Amino acid sequence: MFKHESIETNSGMLIVLTLVAISIGGLVEIVPLHYINETVEDVKDPVTGLDAVRPYTPLEQRGRDIYTREGCYLCHSQMIRPFRDEDLRYGHYSLAAESKYDHPFQWGSKRTGPDLARVGGKYSNEWQVQHLTAPRSVVPESIMPNYPWLQTTNLDMSDLRDRMVALKRVGVPYSLTTVEYEANVKKFGESVAKTLDINRAEDNLMAQARAGNYDGNPANVSEMDALVAYLQVLGTMVDFKKFDEDYFIQFR
Amino acid sequence: MAHSAALSSEQYNYDIVKKFAIASIIWGILGMTAGVYIASELAWPFLNFDIAQITFGRLRPLHTSGVIFGFGGNALFATSYYVVQRTCQTRLAGGTFWPNFTFWGWNASILIAGLLYLQGFTQAREYAEPVWFIDLAIAVVWVVYFLIFTVTLVKRNQPHIYVANWFYMSFILATALLHIFNNLAVPISLTSPVSYSLFSGAQDAMTQWWYGHNAVGFFLTAAFLGMMYYFVPKQAGRPVYSYRLSIIHFWALSFMYMWVGTHHLHWTAIPDWTSTLAAAFSIMLLMPSWGGMINGIMTLSGAWDKLRTDPIMMFMITALSFYGMSTFEGPMMSLKSVNALSHYTDWTVGHVHSGALGWVAMITFASFYHMIPRLWNTTLYSMQLVYTHFFLATIGTILYITALWVSGIGQGLMLRAFDEYGNLAYTFVETVAFMHGPLVARAVGGLFFLSGMLLMAFNIYMTIARAKQESTVPATAAAKA
Repeated sequence: MFKHESIETNSGMLIVLTLVAISIGGLVEIVPLHYINETVEDVKDPVTGLDAVRPYTPLEQRGRDIYTREGCYLCHSQMIRPFRDEDLRYGHYSLAAESKYDHPFQWGSKRTGPDLARVGGKYSNEWQVQHLTAPRSVVPESIMPNYPWLQTTNLDMSDLRDRMVALKRVGVPYSLTTVEYEANVKKFGESVAKTLDINRAEDNLMAQARAGNYDGNPANVSEMDALVAYLQVLGTMVDFKKFDEDYFIQFR
Repeated sequence: MAHSAALSSEQYNYDIVKKFAIASIIWGILGMTAGVYIASELAWPFLNFDIAQITFGRLRPLHTSGVIFGFGGNALFATSYYVVQRTCQTRLAGGTFWPNFTFWGWNASILIAGLLYLQGFTQAREYAEPVWFIDLAIAVVWVVYFLIFTVTLVKRNQPHIYVANWFYMSFILATALLHIFNNLAVPISLTSPVSYSLFSGAQDAMTQWWYGHNAVGFFLTAAFLGMMYYFVPKQAGRPVYSYRLSIIHFWALSFMYMWVGTHHLHWTAIPDWTSTLAAAFSIMLLMPSWGGMINGIMTLSGAWDKLRTDPIMMFMITALSFYGMSTFEGPMMSLKSVNALSHYTDWTVGHVHSGALGWVAMITFASFYHMIPRLWNTTLYSMQLVYTHFFLATIGTILYITALWVSGIGQGLMLRAFDEYGNLAYTFVETVAFMHGPLVARAVGGLFFLSGMLLMAFNIYMTIARAKQESTVPATAAAKA
């Protein structure tokens, strides 16, 4: 007959049994998600057969770095739930695939401000710049802090390569070799594959900033350029018009 | 009395307990001040002053780390080192060096992590914001902590391991597990604090909230139950109500908590079965949680009169009541239909604080008011101030959570309201405008709580100062005689 006393009088037993008790939940709920393929949908463009969701360009990724640096996730979610009001307010509910290249994920837990999962293309660059610099000048009731330093701070590009190599190491398909580049051409198409080439990262970043002119100042690449480029791509990679209305339900 | 105290200070390592207790109070003041400040920023955004370092997004992790790891963590080190020595009737393992190593290692880690937040260096994972090398340092400190605690248990002079130590042990083990797996990341270089998480998207979210909720479950619950299981019976002068209940709820709590983190991700892009499983376990978790609460409250059975006269006892019973209340509210909010409204709103923040202020902080205050005079072999400077502290803390907590019920439920209802034509009835910013009143009330509630904390710091300071004075006076008096 087992007696609980045998655990109470043996610290080794206590440690081992406690470890067993606390390990099971995570093993059952989390580990399978790395092996069940449907956890993250495979979203391919029905026409071209290319992956719809792509890794961020260097400029967008640097914008994302600023997003995490400033702690935006503490007030803004990036996860639209499948409810009527959220559909009307923000758009189609978020897919797991849409954050598959997000290290770390930024789904958030609190909406002190609105969800940003599909903010891309909703407002003009000019509005975004004005709003980030002085939110209350465009939304009087807003309680967001001003971020004037984004416009005046040049984007640090010194560690761009290190950042992309680290992201590659955790699984983002940025390319270093020709073989990797060719694989990306197959997966994402040539125009996207070019932007994922680490060897051309700095040129690509400058080119996108110049062409996009996100902060309204073509003379330099500011942190504002990067952040607005990131915001403008959020939620725009999957074109839901190309899919049947209930196509994505099978994955939930 | 003096004799036995002198003996116990040789028998036990009280020095390390004193250090951690004082550090806890200092972090409590810092962390809660940051909390009141960021709460005020939400009510009056001009307080961000266009200074990057003090904007809400950078200061908020300083608040959470400051109160959870600074105030709570140091309190857990202090009380676990105290309880394990007293209940095992043996001196803390590791000599003086290793316990001190955990003290300086832990506090330096939080301090550096906090200063780095202000400079914008964060992992951007809630409650796991410290950068990668701080995470490594914390892991080392934690292993040493585990070894000190375990070796002390092994060399105990009591056949049984007292129940409080089970809870401390499960907290140490679970925190290690969570910390390691949630902080897996690749640094961009060995000289940069920047890193990218190993997992992404859905898997990263699952790992983070497995961590996030169990930081609450083990760091802020199991460990503080350990505190409760020692200090409540001591202060009441009664044995634990039911030993059998403590066994059942210990194993049930340890097992079930680890399943429920996914309720933070209801209706998000994760497989539905994980969400359902988490909701089911969350409901079941009510039972072990209330098992702990009932065991704590019923320990006072036969000593009910102390609730009228002893403010430390009042802190304890209130802490247990808030524990019961928030562990009822939690399972309710983990129901998918309730969560659809409550998630992303201030209701969640209010819920966390009914646990953090009402349960965690109040049981800590009670334990410190009990323990600190014993550490310095004296009595409290003022019981009246403890009494005042109790009312400031209780009023502050109630004001805080009530304000956020209004704000959270109000916003949730507004966001899902439709007009007669089926259009959204409110824009998002209309809900922000609506929340202004409750957010002001919340900041005031926080201010109440912080005032109580300051009062406690003063009371403890005077207690220690007087103890030091007393310890020199008898010697001179004896010399004169």
